[in-house]
Amino acid sequence: MREIEYREAIKEAVIEEMNRDDKVFLIGEDIGKYGGAFRAYKGLLDMYGPERVINTPISEAAIIGAGIGAAATGYRPIAEIMFIDFTTLAMDQIVNQAAKIRYMTGDNLKCPLVIRTQGGAGRGVAAQHSQSLESWYYHVPGLKVVMPSTPYDVKGLLKTAVRDDNVVFFIEHKMIYLLKGEVPEEEYLIPFGVADIKREGSDVTIFAYSNMVYKSLEAAKELEKEGIDCEVFDPRTLVPLDEEALINSVKKTGHLVIVTEACERGSVASDICARVVQKAFDWLDSPVKIVAGLNTPIPYNSILEQASIPHKENIISAVKEVVGK
Amino acid sequence: MTAISKELKKEMLKTIIKIRRFEEKTIQLYQTAKIWGYLHPYIGEEAIAAGACLAIDKSDYIVSTHRGHGHSIAKGADLNRMMAELLGKVTGYCKGRGGSMHIADTELGMLGANGIVGGGIPISVGAGFSCKMEGNGKVVICFFSDGAANNGVFHESLNMSAVFKLPVVYLCENNMYAISMSSCESVSCRDIANRASAYDMPGVIIDGSDPEAVYKAVDTAVKRARKGEGPSLIEAKTYRFGGHHPNDPAEYRDKEEVEYYKTEKDPVTNYKKKLVEEKILSEKEIEKIEVEIKQAVEDSVRYAEQSPEPELEKFLEEVKLI
Repeated sequence: MREIEYREAIKEAVIEEMNRDDKVFLIGEDIGKYGGAFRAYKGLLDMYGPERVINTPISEAAIIGAGIGAAATGYRPIAEIMFIDFTTLAMDQIVNQAAKIRYMTGDNLKCPLVIRTQGGAGRGVAAQHSQSLESWYYHVPGLKVVMPSTPYDVKGLLKTAVRDDNVVFFIEHKMIYLLKGEVPEEEYLIPFGVADIKREGSDVTIFAYSNMVYKSLEAAKELEKEGIDCEVFDPRTLVPLDEEALINSVKKTGHLVIVTEACERGSVASDICARVVQKAFDWLDSPVKIVAGLNTPIPYNSILEQASIPHKENIISAVKEVVGK
Repeated sequence: MTAISKELKKEMLKTIIKIRRFEEKTIQLYQTAKIWGYLHPYIGEEAIAAGACLAIDKSDYIVSTHRGHGHSIAKGADLNRMMAELLGKVTGYCKGRGGSMHIADTELGMLGANGIVGGGIPISVGAGFSCKMEGNGKVVICFFSDGAANNGVFHESLNMSAVFKLPVVYLCENNMYAISMSSCESVSCRDIANRASAYDMPGVIIDGSDPEAVYKAVDTAVKRARKGEGPSLIEAKTYRFGGHHPNDPAEYRDKEEVEYYKTEKDPVTNYKKKLVEEKILSEKEIEKIEVEIKQAVEDSVRYAEQSPEPELEKFLEEVKLI
């Protein structure tokens, strides 16, 4: 099968959806000629014109509000916030407006809005451009939270996001835009709430999403040499979460390591741990282990930056600890 | 400028009275705890909603505020469903999920009251984009307050609307107080309308107690918007006769000031008088309107009281889907 970059897969999804439905449009900062901060939209302005590729002033709250207003009046906008760190500037529009509008108006106003953004550390862009803030949005009822790891997943999930009648908070990772992966030529969709086992295994379940899937796969490869067979479980969507598949995986392996780049305090990882402990405690042969980022603003210095986030080595030692080797 | 027809004048008066009587009833119901939570009466400001909403079509959009009953009623909302929502009933506009601060209806082009001051302003930008993309001449009226004009989203939204020449009419209801904060102490310029020049759009000041002044200003802004010439900012000077909510004695205001507005600037009294003087309606005819509206309001209370509560089981099922 052909291989394309993660960002090319995003562009393909957008093109297919914009061709399918003329109600789909793009809005965000530097998405015109510039093609988006990570060039995922390169060329789209020429293809669709400024009416459907709306290049805005630096006004995050108005971008999300514009998405909500257009969504409530029949459109299906994809609003881009350049960095997840900048979503803080639109917090009212995301949390108080978008997430609630459909529910609190008794389904009177629909909000088929995709909020595309990206997060994560690794590029030396320091504390205000490197955060992993997914747990904030995971916490708010009314938002679906999608964190695709592969080109295949990002394409299929983005297409599903565009067709969803609710707000989808779509988080990419800045370190994987150039990664290549197999993506079929023919059209496909990936439903929300269906996890993907990125590697099957029998000794331990490693729950990982976004960029941490790759680090977990690297760890699994090394652990294989030591006779430890890891299952790498990628939920793909955090809300809705494929809890059943996770519980089944834990029942099979009896061990769980949860990996997240975000700092652990109040994280998605700690919530996943709580869920598994409440629902599959009897199947666990050892305590659950969380491998997470440190509780720190992300530092600029690359040695410190790298020390702030989990790596293959951290995952390997956590796995060995839970399986008792 | 099209002259305001007799029929339109009658309609404006009816709308003003309807809002006033509906809200007087809601205050009674609030005081007897049939309505709970927050209730923000629009009493004193009714001429703005009436003049503005009658200057646009049913298919046009409005974005409202926490003090939004008047906007909904003027846009044609059904009193029964309004009252049912205020009583939290399943027959209400939001199935009892929203209450006073969240009434919305796609059919009416009512894009929502809002619990967040300024929260609706960015949403009007999106509705504006939608109208522009459709190219069907629809417009949006965005109601907001003097308090919201000091929020950052006011700047983002007016700038963005002006950049893209969106068909939005920004209608600031300056009732002089944001809860207790006087606009004299919180707005950097004397008139909020002056801020329009910063966004290269027209800015006009009108007397918000005069529905015809509101109608004319909105009509001009709407015509401009429909022609693709972009947004306008209208500042309607107005006054909230009561406190921020029914339990607010509003001790932060001078008694003389309150008295002045209640006696000199009451849209109900003034507009009734004007239409009688102009021989558009007789006092008897006005009395008939009052009786009809009183009946409609009483009916809405009965409808709301007899409506069922939302089903708990259904709620628990719905929650699983969120």
